[in-house]
Amino acid sequence: MQEIVQYLFSGITTGAVYAVIAVGLSMLYSSTELINFAHGEFVMIGALAMVTLWVRIGLPLPVAMTGAVAAGCLLGLVFERFAIRTARNPEPITLIIITVGASIFLKGVAMIIWGKDPFSMPSFSSHESIEIFGAALLPQSIWIVTAALVLAGGIHLFLKQTLTGKAMVACAVNKKAAWLSGIPSEKMGILAFGISAGCGAVAGIFIAPITMSSYDMGTLLGIKGFCAAMIGGLGSLWGAFAGGLLLGILESLGAGLISSGLKDAIAFVLLLLILYIRPGGLFAAKEAKRF
Amino acid sequence: MTDNKKTIWIEYLVFICAVSAFGLVTENTYYLQIMTFIGINTLLALGLNMLMGYTGQVSLGHAAFYGIGAYTTAILSGTYGMNPWLALVCAVAAAVLIAFIVGLPTLRLSGYYLAMGTLGFGMIVNIVIREWAGVTGGASGFVGIPMLEAGSLVFMSGAGYYFLVWGIVFAAMIICRRLLASRTGRALRAIHDGENAAVAIGVNTHFLKLEIFMFSAALGAVAGFLYAHFVLFISPESFGFMFSIKIVTMVVIGGMASVWGALLGAAVLTLLPEVLHGFAEYEMIVFGLILMVVMIFMPQGLTRGIMDMIRTAGRART
Repeated sequence: MQEIVQYLFSGITTGAVYAVIAVGLSMLYSSTELINFAHGEFVMIGALAMVTLWVRIGLPLPVAMTGAVAAGCLLGLVFERFAIRTARNPEPITLIIITVGASIFLKGVAMIIWGKDPFSMPSFSSHESIEIFGAALLPQSIWIVTAALVLAGGIHLFLKQTLTGKAMVACAVNKKAAWLSGIPSEKMGILAFGISAGCGAVAGIFIAPITMSSYDMGTLLGIKGFCAAMIGGLGSLWGAFAGGLLLGILESLGAGLISSGLKDAIAFVLLLLILYIRPGGLFAAKEAKRF
Repeated sequence: MTDNKKTIWIEYLVFICAVSAFGLVTENTYYLQIMTFIGINTLLALGLNMLMGYTGQVSLGHAAFYGIGAYTTAILSGTYGMNPWLALVCAVAAAVLIAFIVGLPTLRLSGYYLAMGTLGFGMIVNIVIREWAGVTGGASGFVGIPMLEAGSLVFMSGAGYYFLVWGIVFAAMIICRRLLASRTGRALRAIHDGENAAVAIGVNTHFLKLEIFMFSAALGAVAGFLYAHFVLFISPESFGFMFSIKIVTMVVIGGMASVWGALLGAAVLTLLPEVLHGFAEYEMIVFGLILMVVMIFMPQGLTRGIMDMIRTAGRART
């Protein structure tokens, strides 16, 4: 019992990080129909920028966080401007390879800036861990889950309550119709890119204290974020969120109860199952078309 | 048509002459070794090109078949002492069988979903190789792969292996070309241009895609076999996600839907790290940049892109 609760706690913690990554990917997909294979690199940039700003330079925590998110957003916008918008023939296969290239490029840049050694980071607050059913709940876990909920809630409100958000939803539903009714759909795409990259950076900031951060941490996180988004149904905000949590919990239980070496395989087995059985995601109301 | 055939034979002749001349003249084992690697990579690129370039199906997990080929032969000939040539047959059979099982559901997907499905498959294979330590040697790799022999001839690194690999590359090229010139090849291109249209004119698209997936897996397994018996030591990193991406890059850089493009792409991507050796730190940056720039400005690949540039330049002049 105690073990299971412990696995659940750690599963929810990593799951919340996957959820944030998945939300970013899913948002970008719904407004631009683009799967960004470089998304994980924004997570890496967020984490490493945090290491530099908070640990090395010693800025106050909120300032460092803002800085790291801003770095992620900025990089996302630069990437959109130079790599995505200049592509003449945006077929899926071309875009896949461009984003894969960007991912390798960003990894290379990060390796030059931060080196190959992984960094560790202290927890954001120095509270004692709380004991529930004999299992330790780390304060960092509470930070992560709260941040994930606030972020997803914020995006939800933005999409439902603000005019810009509604315009973005309109673009996701039908780009041409949105454009006809006066919505600058290209600008909405850019905005989605910025928000998506920002989400990645947020995930990086919060995962930094519970893992080692290095230039090559992003790829696997990005792919797992994608698995989570697929599980919940691509393009759905809360679906991606739930998918992330589910993936985190299953991974943690699998690692604890079956084998830690096979932990990474769980996400991919799940991904394949979802792709084969319910390509629309677990929570999709109807069968989605598989492109 | 006859004219076309003639140019093909001239191309082959030039290719054979160039390859044999290099093999006979070069004494430097380092150059021979690099050329051998180019040959092995060409096989991989050829296989993936059939799938990606001609049929339009992305695979981000092709290194899995390369790994399956290498590990099957390593285990059978290394651990169980099987004749390596028999192990080759088993390696190809294993890859084809796995391609069939995986391809059956996966190839029903398309676009991003197919890319993610193949990526997931590649990852799972890599994890299995890494974790099944009792059989595969796990993360520390597999040692004790025997050298290839044919009668009294031992293929050691050097000219012997070079000719073996390039002989197989040549055979694979002819097979690919023949396949493409056949009814199957035309049907594949029809799938590339419009799957629904292909279905409408009576092409069994799912079966064809599966067939070509198995074919490219077989070529990948042959490449893995050649790699394993050449380097005699294999470890899971050589067959990971990064290598899958590298094969995709070879196909894309060289130019999709072109047999010579596969050769060009494999050569560029094998030579590039050697040339960039001095600034190894920047290898990833250069690699990523090349990938992006080529895709942004020449989505058809280098061969076609350069040809188009020459053509437009010629048109501008007249």
